[in-house]
Amino acid sequence: MASRADRQISHRNFVSYIDKSREYYSASGFEQPYRWAAFNEVPFSPQTKPLAESNVAVVTTTFLHHHDSAHGAPSTNKQVYAHPVTDVPDTMFTNDLSWDKQATHTDDSESFLPLQALQQLADNGTIGSLNHRFFGVPTEYSQRKTGLDADQIGEWCAEDGVDIALLVPL
Amino acid sequence: MSLVSRHLEAQGITTIVVGSARDIVEECGVARMLFVDFPLGNPCGKPSDRDMQRSIVSLALDVAATAIAPRTTVQAPVRWGSDDWRTAFMQVDDSNIGALRAAARYMCGALVEVNGGKPVA
Repeated sequence: MASRADRQISHRNFVSYIDKSREYYSASGFEQPYRWAAFNEVPFSPQTKPLAESNVAVVTTTFLHHHDSAHGAPSTNKQVYAHPVTDVPDTMFTNDLSWDKQATHTDDSESFLPLQALQQLADNGTIGSLNHRFFGVPTEYSQRKTGLDADQIGEWCAEDGVDIALLVPL
Repeated sequence: MSLVSRHLEAQGITTIVVGSARDIVEECGVARMLFVDFPLGNPCGKPSDRDMQRSIVSLALDVAATAIAPRTTVQAPVRWGSDDWRTAFMQVDDSNIGALRAAARYMCGALVEVNGGKPVA
């Protein structure tokens, strides 16, 4: 656990990306603010198996290879994918995603795709296993399209016997 | 990604979202979130800080295993250091508003072009 000085919060309020993006695009001249997904009901599946027996998978919004993107928007030609955890490239393709390119970088994939960390936790018995493949999903403006991608990831998780999914949006 | 989480939970799979855009995830509504108050890009810990990355992933798994109700958000006990990014990201001011509007006009023009000459909504 981090020392007290490291974990004391500096800001009581977190950054609102809903506010930031609305103000940014409004200032740019776009009149209609983006409508973020919002639901009243939230599905909940409590974990019933001990962590030490659980198979854990990672889902990322990053991709293995470069995809062309136009005008600063996320690439539109990306497809949901599954990939072996033993064959991860040194760097993942993140350029088209809206992360903070001034404050940080994504050269270390463990900072958003923690496969080594999970493998170590599997090796020391904290979790049962790291799933043999991880999953990637495009960042879509269309909730319908994301629903189809979620169906596919759900099928893959069922095939693999995934107990816990760690979802890491960039 | 929040929609994927909801889908998997409905299917019976325990999920946890590890992310830095807390309001977007909570607005959608997910079973569990580990909030990492960092600039967007490194939700699993600072680059090359293996100890921090391991502790964040471990905490995420603990939250996944112990949460008893949906919409559980836990904030990871970590700090980025500098806080300049909080205001600098997507900042709009007199120095860039002209460029932003020009880029938006260019983008709309390009979209009309790829849309077969029809205006985009």
